[in-house]
Amino acid sequence: MTKAIDVQRVSKKYAGLTVVDNVSFSVNQGELFGFVGPNGAGKTTTINILCTLTKPTGGVALVNGYDVVKDTSAIRRTIGVVFQETTLDSYLTAEQNLLFHAYAYGVPKDIMQTRMKNLLQLVDLWDRKNAKIQTFSGGMKRRLELVRGLIHHPKVLFLDEPTLGLDPQTRNYIWGYLDRIRREENVTIFMTTHYMEEADTCDRIAVIDNGKIVAIDSPETLKNKLGGDVVFLRTSDQSGALRELSEQWSVGVEVEEDLIKFAVPNGEKFLPTFIRKFKGQILSIGVRRPTLDDVFLNLTGKDIRDEEVDTVAQFKQSLKNRRR
Amino acid sequence: MMVEFYRGVWVVAYRELLRLLQERSRMLSSLAFPLMFLAVFGAGFNRIVGPMAQNVDFIQFMYPGILSMTILMSSMFSGMSIVWDREFGFLKEIMVAPISRTGIVLGKAIGGSITAIVQGSILLILAPLVGISLTVLLVVKFLGIALLLALSLSGFGILVATRMRSQQGFQMVMQLLIFPLIFLSGVFFPVDNVSPWLQVIAKINPLTYGVDAVRQVFLNGNLAASSLTDLANSGIGVTVNGHRMGIVEDVLIILALGTVLLSSAVWSFSRQE
Repeated sequence: MTKAIDVQRVSKKYAGLTVVDNVSFSVNQGELFGFVGPNGAGKTTTINILCTLTKPTGGVALVNGYDVVKDTSAIRRTIGVVFQETTLDSYLTAEQNLLFHAYAYGVPKDIMQTRMKNLLQLVDLWDRKNAKIQTFSGGMKRRLELVRGLIHHPKVLFLDEPTLGLDPQTRNYIWGYLDRIRREENVTIFMTTHYMEEADTCDRIAVIDNGKIVAIDSPETLKNKLGGDVVFLRTSDQSGALRELSEQWSVGVEVEEDLIKFAVPNGEKFLPTFIRKFKGQILSIGVRRPTLDDVFLNLTGKDIRDEEVDTVAQFKQSLKNRRR
Repeated sequence: MMVEFYRGVWVVAYRELLRLLQERSRMLSSLAFPLMFLAVFGAGFNRIVGPMAQNVDFIQFMYPGILSMTILMSSMFSGMSIVWDREFGFLKEIMVAPISRTGIVLGKAIGGSITAIVQGSILLILAPLVGISLTVLLVVKFLGIALLLALSLSGFGILVATRMRSQQGFQMVMQLLIFPLIFLSGVFFPVDNVSPWLQVIAKINPLTYGVDAVRQVFLNGNLAASSLTDLANSGIGVTVNGHRMGIVEDVLIILALGTVLLSSAVWSFSRQE
């Protein structure tokens, strides 16, 4: 069976700057594949290469078995794309936007009408089909773009931060729907995200940082690779505790403010023994399953949430500038 | 693939027309400019300047020029829609669709040309007012030449638009290019009767032949009744190397110009990322 996406040593340089650096990965048909990384890591550039908008400067990329440089039109026929920023014509109505798309992809008129109705009803926009996009909220636009990306029944769907800036309700809604079409029509979904909860639902994820892929695997495996569960501990004598942990328990620790963190396999079983044998005085102790945040932090040395904070800070700054 | 070419042409042109219908007021307001020119120059200069040729007074001379100007400006500015699409993201939706780049450019050119021709046709209403009688043949000839002219010059607008990232930038560059091109194309004066240096520039400017073709279509009727028989012999036509340009020759020049501009536009549009 051909892979839905097959990328071999692909690079992209812009004016001497390497945005995507020798990246290789493949995505199976029907898979939900996530591209996870901070802003500027090369996620969007990778999507642009795969959907034939940007030519790679090195390497080979195949989508549905077609080459992204040589067989552009064959690829364009078989993919659907929802870009990070809105790509609707705001002066046209929802229906006109969908019609444009259906005509451009050569969807026969009668088929298109039924699909349009079904899809618009599903995302709760049927009664707004004759309204201009100008009057739509961010969430409505996103839902409409998703419908548009699906109306020509693509084999591979590319989603660039599909739920960025959406409220949780709309987010759940969109994911419920995507799950369904994946099951029913075996659509392959390639998406980028920096929401770890979203990445968690993927079959496999690739963690990308500075244009390089630093890990590819299922979220479960990646979390297990961290060495098990995360134990966090606070004691009355932290330095004593640290000494004891490295001497008696031989675990690698990490100190976060007044909290000592370390990883152990099988945290629930470890904890009772530990509490019984530990000589220092424990103020508080807990154990949790590692999250993708831990994975990300471990692989890149960065907290992906910092990125979000940065975005908020940037936004505040731009508001301030505007006020001046 | 042929299918992707046809589909590209028609779907892009279709959207341009949808947009056109939605922005009727903008289209009408852009007629204010040519109307102002006609009123100010026509009423202002008509008496002072006197007849340009037998049976042709200044306003009759200028009217076909203003029609051409309207078509030229409107079609050249149609490239704006590409810049708009890029700024508001819709260009990505177009670029990722299975339609050919050549088809997209031609669709844009056709959409822009239709806008230009509609505007030109609205101005036809004024023909009787300036003393030019319209016949079916005249209107058909005018529309044919107008279409050719508009398609060619849309190519120019699109060519510039492929290199522009903002609407303001496009507007600036176009204004810088359009005004000299139009003022030096014989819209307001007969190019055979000006200083030699101006003559040289005007005759290099391909728009001059577009304006001349439209003018011949409108004024040959008036001139046929005089001893001058047609525009080419009246002193208000265009003479190149001692040869008086006829409509067919003018049209051939526009055709050549259009081919060059549109193919450069396609080339430039396909290369962009």
